Amino acid sequence: MIWLRLLLAGGIAAPVLAGLALTLAMALHPEAAGYRVAGWQTALRLTLVTGVGATVLSVALSVPLSLWLLPKARARVWLAPFLAVPHATLALGLAFLVAPSGWLVRLVWPFDLPPAIVTVGDPWGVALILGLVLKEVPFLTLVTLAAAAQHPLEAHFAAGQSLGYTRRQIWRQVVWPILYPALRLPVFITLAFSLSVVDMALLLGPSHPPTLAVQILRLFTAADPDARFAGARLAMGLLLVTGAVAGLWWAAGAALAPLSRHRLRRGLRQARGPSGGALIGVSGLMLGGAALLVLALWSVARRWSFPAVLPEQMSFAGWQRIAWVEPVGETLLTGLAATAISLVLALLWLEVEDRSGARMRGGVLIVMLPLLLPQIAFLQGVAEGFVRLGLPAGRGAVIWAEVLFVFPYVMIALAGPWRAMDAQQIASAASLGAGPARRFWRVKLALMLRPLLTAAAVGFAVACAQFLAVLLPGAGRVQTLATEAVALASGADRRLAALYGLVLAALPLLAYALALCVPAWLHRDRRGMRGER
Amino acid sequence: MKLILAALLMGATPAMADWAETLSEARGQTVYWNAWGGDPRTNAFIEWVSGRTEAEFGVTVQQVKLTDTAEAVARVRAEKAAGQTEGGAVDLIWINGPNFLAMKTEGLLHGPFVAGLPNVAGLDLSEGAAATLDFTVPVEGMEAPWRLAKFVFAHDSARVADPPRSMAGFVDWAKAHPGRMTHPNPANFMGASFLKQALVELAPDRAALASPATDASFTAQTAPLWQWYDALRPHLWREGAAYPENESVQAQLLNDGEVDIAMFFDPAAPAALIGQGVLPETVRVFVPDMGTIGNISFVAIPFDAAHRAGAEVVANFLLSPEAQAQMQNIEVLGSYSVLDPARLDDAAQAAFAALPTAPALPRLEDLGATLPEPHPSWMTRLTGEWASRYTP
Repeated sequence: MIWLRLLLAGGIAAPVLAGLALTLAMALHPEAAGYRVAGWQTALRLTLVTGVGATVLSVALSVPLSLWLLPKARARVWLAPFLAVPHATLALGLAFLVAPSGWLVRLVWPFDLPPAIVTVGDPWGVALILGLVLKEVPFLTLVTLAAAAQHPLEAHFAAGQSLGYTRRQIWRQVVWPILYPALRLPVFITLAFSLSVVDMALLLGPSHPPTLAVQILRLFTAADPDARFAGARLAMGLLLVTGAVAGLWWAAGAALAPLSRHRLRRGLRQARGPSGGALIGVSGLMLGGAALLVLALWSVARRWSFPAVLPEQMSFAGWQRIAWVEPVGETLLTGLAATAISLVLALLWLEVEDRSGARMRGGVLIVMLPLLLPQIAFLQGVAEGFVRLGLPAGRGAVIWAEVLFVFPYVMIALAGPWRAMDAQQIASAASLGAGPARRFWRVKLALMLRPLLTAAAVGFAVACAQFLAVLLPGAGRVQTLATEAVALASGADRRLAALYGLVLAALPLLAYALALCVPAWLHRDRRGMRGER
Repeated sequence: MKLILAALLMGATPAMADWAETLSEARGQTVYWNAWGGDPRTNAFIEWVSGRTEAEFGVTVQQVKLTDTAEAVARVRAEKAAGQTEGGAVDLIWINGPNFLAMKTEGLLHGPFVAGLPNVAGLDLSEGAAATLDFTVPVEGMEAPWRLAKFVFAHDSARVADPPRSMAGFVDWAKAHPGRMTHPNPANFMGASFLKQALVELAPDRAALASPATDASFTAQTAPLWQWYDALRPHLWREGAAYPENESVQAQLLNDGEVDIAMFFDPAAPAALIGQGVLPETVRVFVPDMGTIGNISFVAIPFDAAHRAGAEVVANFLLSPEAQAQMQNIEVLGSYSVLDPARLDDAAQAAFAALPTAPALPRLEDLGATLPEPHPSWMTRLTGEWASRYTP
């Protein structure tokens, strides 16, 4: 087990910690003190409002949504596309959808000039919160449903309903609190991500001042060499803010628990009524679908100006013109490599645990570190660290950096199903004389085919969406669809940006579809392997 | 041996021998050209360059698409900080102004190399000529020019008949058309250029802008600017509470009908964008009567570039009449050539004369005078002062 710990410490924890240390060293540089960042207080407030607001809202919406989806195995499939569509793609579509001159306004507005209202980039960050919620609710719902699968829910519901409680009440007051320990980590990941998101904040968030993460990126890439020291200082500030908010969240959870128990003891029965899950699910689906639809329209537009609802001239020239073979190849290559490495690491971890019979508890935090820290606070340092190690900027460095973010998600996706694996099957195999190696290769991997492919699809989607982790360690030489799409989003041609955004979304969607279809086909004549648990 | 032979065949001046050596060293190299990647036409032009240099010199060009040039500067700076002296990731940078000043003063550049490029013969490099100064900073052979840039405004002539004739005139225009005009965030180069254009027009003593800004000169020269801006800002798009990220985003706003005015640092940009279908056909260029600031875009080579010889070959090719005429072609890029027409032979002049025109493409004489850029220190201070005055 010690070699595995060393591998994880050296491969995952060391680059992150070294990256943090290098950023910290920059923040302590004397030049940092003299540099004044205008509007940082507003930026801090914005970061807190959007980050915490998006997380609270996402958690609140995921509760009724997951209850609604609980008995609907087929409807759950619709969550996958939301997970697969990268933040940048969704933000791009959403921005055009809700802009004052956007698609929704065009549907109803009769005049030649758009209304003077403020939507995208609003100074309160509402558009950014909306975008984040649209991405995070499906994630939280999916982990809630996964956690729920590990519990005897029907017993809870039966007991509660016989006492006169509604399903909604039982779910909210009994089941969800039971599930919460399993959701804590995903919620913290959501919180850390929302506080430090860059690509979505660039496209949907306010710009004057922007959120802290965008401000930091601006400082890191400013012409003035002293600005990056101020950027590093601000990055350390963002790190502290993230830590403080996480601490407060934890404390708030602990404070709310007795309150909720108290409410439970009062025993108030609720009237039956709609839980809102259907409304949330359908409106989210429509909003996300519309965002992708307008992107599809833009990708085949030639001329499209206000107030036309549909493009005035259409053409497929864009699809023929762009050179997408190379970025698609690069995205596939780095993404598949990072996913494969992460899968091997995850299997090693889980199998070593199985054989030693002990869980590596301390390891979890180390592995999750990249997801819990603001990316912008350590990735510049990671890139510098790679150069110092003698790893040239390029594909290798990018794959390594991607593994930092892919591995934790693969682990999250795989660990639950793996630990819930039917021990009886393994025991039968052992009693028939299969050694540990044979049990692993012939029994466990076969049983785990579906979760393995799902984990691979999740990992690949995460890899595809990486922007900073490609840009910084790749020294700009590695050009994936994500870096191309974000670069084009800063250009005038919305058609090209839309096109890259769609191709960027297509790859992970394809991966999810494969993860769904391959086991279904392989197990077409094995009923026990098909059904929902 | 081959080199000596080549030198003999070519007439054998030492400079030519050096160049032959550069050519043979460059063969087979891939040059990583770090250039802003937000303009597909520039990206396509760079691909064309790669095809031509590969065919002729065996040098391929790989564009590293930046969202901001400063990313490349930061990369070279990081390499220097890490003690790296060769094998750097950046071979060639599209650069000017503050980024050039920063790299030059920090010793991050290779050179001087420009005098060694054969195609330098087509350039006017006499004292004080446009190609010898980058934002008033002497170039001193540390970067090679490749395209001309000049600040222009654009308006949709279908909606606006009377664009302002001076920067001062923007206040009255904006009052009459509230919310219909904006400028990119001054944290971006284009937004800063808008403020500089106003500064050049409004400063009490324009000559003071050529020297580095001091506390005293900055206060004195910018006082009228802030007065003007305070009058203008309440009438801007979203009442000045938000600004587009860069000029391309503002061009989108123009197409979306959210604003009536856009600005570019390339007089041919509106015609090019119309040709692509990005802007309405009725968009036209206008400039203030007194002229606009202008400069030349350069390429520079970092001190630790891995493919220095290849980078020089590319910089030289960019200065060839063939590349410059291709670049000036409105159907390709539409950027004005940096070559001095008087120094070109008849064939080259004919190539330029035969280029196609477009209705939105301004004639050179309609663009007014080209005003010199202030010293880069003014831009840094302007953006800093703007941020602290107007950031909530």
